Amino acid sequence: MATAAAHAGHHAHDDHKPSFFARWFLSTNHKDIGTLYLLFAFCAGMVGAFLSFGIRMEMEAPGLQYFSNPQTYNVFVTGHGLIMVFFMVMPALIGGFGNWFVPLMIGAPDMAFPRMNNISFWLTVAGFASLVCSLFVEGAPGAVGAGTGWTVYPPLSSQGHPGPAVDFAIFALHLSGAGSILGAINFITTILNMRAPGMTLHKMPLFAWSMLVTAFLLLLSLPVLAGAITMLLTDRNFGTTFFDPAGGGDPVLYQHLFWFFGHPEVYIMILPAFGIVSHIISTFSRKPVFGYLAMAYAMVAIGVVGFVVWAHHMYTVGLSLQTQSYFVFATMVIAVPTGVKIFSWIATMWGGSIRFTAAMHWAVGFIFLFTVGGVTGVVLANAAVDKYLHDTYYVVAHFHYVLSLGAVFIIFAGVYYWFPKMTGHIIPEWAGKLHFWLAFIGANVLFFPMHFLGLAGMPRRYADYPEAFAGWHKVSTYGGHIFALGMIVFIIGVVLAFRSKTRAADNPWGEGATTLEWTLSSPPPFHQFETLPKIVDEPGH
Amino acid sequence: MRTTQAQRRFSSGLAAVSGLLVSCHSAFAAGIGQPEPWQMGRQVGVTENARDIHSFEVGLHWLSLVISVFVLGLILWCIFRFNEKTNPTPSKTTHNTMIEVAWTIVPVLILVAVAIPSFRLLRTQLADPKADVIVKVIGHAWYWSYEYPQTDKGGGFTFDANLDESKEPKLLATDNEMVVPVNKVVKVQVTSADVIHSWGMPSLGFTTDAVPGRLNQTWFKADREGTYHGQCRELCGTRHAYMPITVRVVSEEAYAQWLAEGKTKFARLDDGSKLADAR
Repeated sequence: MATAAAHAGHHAHDDHKPSFFARWFLSTNHKDIGTLYLLFAFCAGMVGAFLSFGIRMEMEAPGLQYFSNPQTYNVFVTGHGLIMVFFMVMPALIGGFGNWFVPLMIGAPDMAFPRMNNISFWLTVAGFASLVCSLFVEGAPGAVGAGTGWTVYPPLSSQGHPGPAVDFAIFALHLSGAGSILGAINFITTILNMRAPGMTLHKMPLFAWSMLVTAFLLLLSLPVLAGAITMLLTDRNFGTTFFDPAGGGDPVLYQHLFWFFGHPEVYIMILPAFGIVSHIISTFSRKPVFGYLAMAYAMVAIGVVGFVVWAHHMYTVGLSLQTQSYFVFATMVIAVPTGVKIFSWIATMWGGSIRFTAAMHWAVGFIFLFTVGGVTGVVLANAAVDKYLHDTYYVVAHFHYVLSLGAVFIIFAGVYYWFPKMTGHIIPEWAGKLHFWLAFIGANVLFFPMHFLGLAGMPRRYADYPEAFAGWHKVSTYGGHIFALGMIVFIIGVVLAFRSKTRAADNPWGEGATTLEWTLSSPPPFHQFETLPKIVDEPGH
Repeated sequence: MRTTQAQRRFSSGLAAVSGLLVSCHSAFAAGIGQPEPWQMGRQVGVTENARDIHSFEVGLHWLSLVISVFVLGLILWCIFRFNEKTNPTPSKTTHNTMIEVAWTIVPVLILVAVAIPSFRLLRTQLADPKADVIVKVIGHAWYWSYEYPQTDKGGGFTFDANLDESKEPKLLATDNEMVVPVNKVVKVQVTSADVIHSWGMPSLGFTTDAVPGRLNQTWFKADREGTYHGQCRELCGTRHAYMPITVRVVSEEAYAQWLAEGKTKFARLDDGSKLADAR
């Protein structure tokens, strides 16, 4: 991390760092906590990737090759989903980049509640530990782990899993959820109260806007999840029957509660990415973001409408015609602000003087792949069409296009964009570009054939499948290998960056990088903005 | 390939291309009643509603393709026209009200054009026509059972349908099959005895969840005899992948004969268990 020499000249004042243990285990510094979140997300992501590798190996051919018990496969699927959502994407984008760059971008010395920031992080780690425990204790009779899918639908998660694995999984969600709620409170307070003098909300960088909207989504949706899984917990352990028809309950109630959280959750994962991509596109086009206000309010609109579309995940549970029609309509509305964002990014590039750095590769690749994932979302929004595609690989393809090729691409874009700022080291451009092309080709070969599988009728979460699906599954697995190769290039790139003697300039990206973090040293001093910067021009414009 | 109502109501240009792709799809020899190797499109629908939705979906995919290619084209244009070599001095344009209004309004219009046929198909799908045959489908971990209620034409029995690994197609064939007459309105009442399952039938164009404590009713009118396969669509535990569905659509005479045989072959349905009222 930071070396004293790198910024000794910048800040002669009090810039001493605590000892190793105090610095990394009792940390209250937003940059250190951000670094911890990023390292944690990387480790959890590796576990999640290992699980997906198991899934892909098994799916390479029909029959059971690696999983003698299909329940173990279900556990892998569940673990992959939960880990990637709660312990990879969210910690990386919100905890990692959010903690690092929201205070820097708005010209604040730190987050509003530094000690709460610390507990947010460690609750997430505790949640992950609980989830890992669930993999090793009994779930379904005679098998370890929770094989319920990341949605944890009862009665499969209650009667179907009498062992404690599901309790551990629920506890994992409680802990990380509490961490996220505290984090959300911290972000909202920081953004609303600690902006530098002169930085009005309408002058605030778009990444800070995206984090503000995300934090509100977290704050409003996570308590509903917490409620739902607490009810599930009491159904499992204390004899309540919220979701058990035998006692007057209804399993569909759980689905409503889960998706009231679950749908905003997908925007929680993608909105920070929207913010990051805006900065990268603007920086490397050497142009201000096109339609700044529309971009900010499109995110607000996506956040608001995202709360009233949840039952499009439930078209097959037996909803009335009126209910389904409403959710079709509301879901399609979301395509409009999303379209505004896509076109505004392209308009930002239009007329620009684009420099194709590694970060820019990832950002531009994201725009196209997110569009592909978006249009299949419109296909799925139509309840009549979804009745056929529900719980098939088409859905798997859709959400991996928006998340694995959307959110994950922007996590890498963010790493390549901010790595010089965060560490002072430079990842070689060739590594970032090679990584991009391997990931771009790999992910498309991996996920595009899943559209065909879904259309042909291949259901999700199947350890074994009819012979007819074998061809595309094999292609898909090859894509997975290519993607994995890209990860190796990424790790090599990071290692080379730390071994190299070259140090990053304060602003390695030139005049296009206008946000406040580029005015600081690389890496920034342990405490920054002890004299608050005054905003006179219009950052983000 | 026949032109369906859905296509006619869809905007004319889009209808033309969707018709084209429907024909392309038949060239891929999409499976009838089961998937084919390397299949890229839907399984052939055997009800009018399934085929209408298929055409509509093909139209949506063309629309998706056009939008994706349009976005890709704009991106490629930016890459080749506005890189630092060809355009060293960036413009400072950050607003253009006309174009911003356009890219808000045009998607709205496209979505309205999509919504109109979508709502119409949904209405047909969720309609409630008078039933000729009623079958109650019950999901179990991990097999399906079917109940044929007593009517004046026969019935009054129940049977289980388990995966039959000795039969082709593998993992799709069952020992007993749900048998229904062709060209008749069949109402399916789906529920579950334990965890949630889902009765997913690609050839019939729909999936209906089997939720314990609920009776989900749906309908179909198959206009083609044959054997059609489906699978469980909701994660239900260890053998989720091993509880397929087989529906055999037969002539009215063959159905009557099957009903008569079923009376002796299958377990009698307890008279006390009346099915939910369906018109």
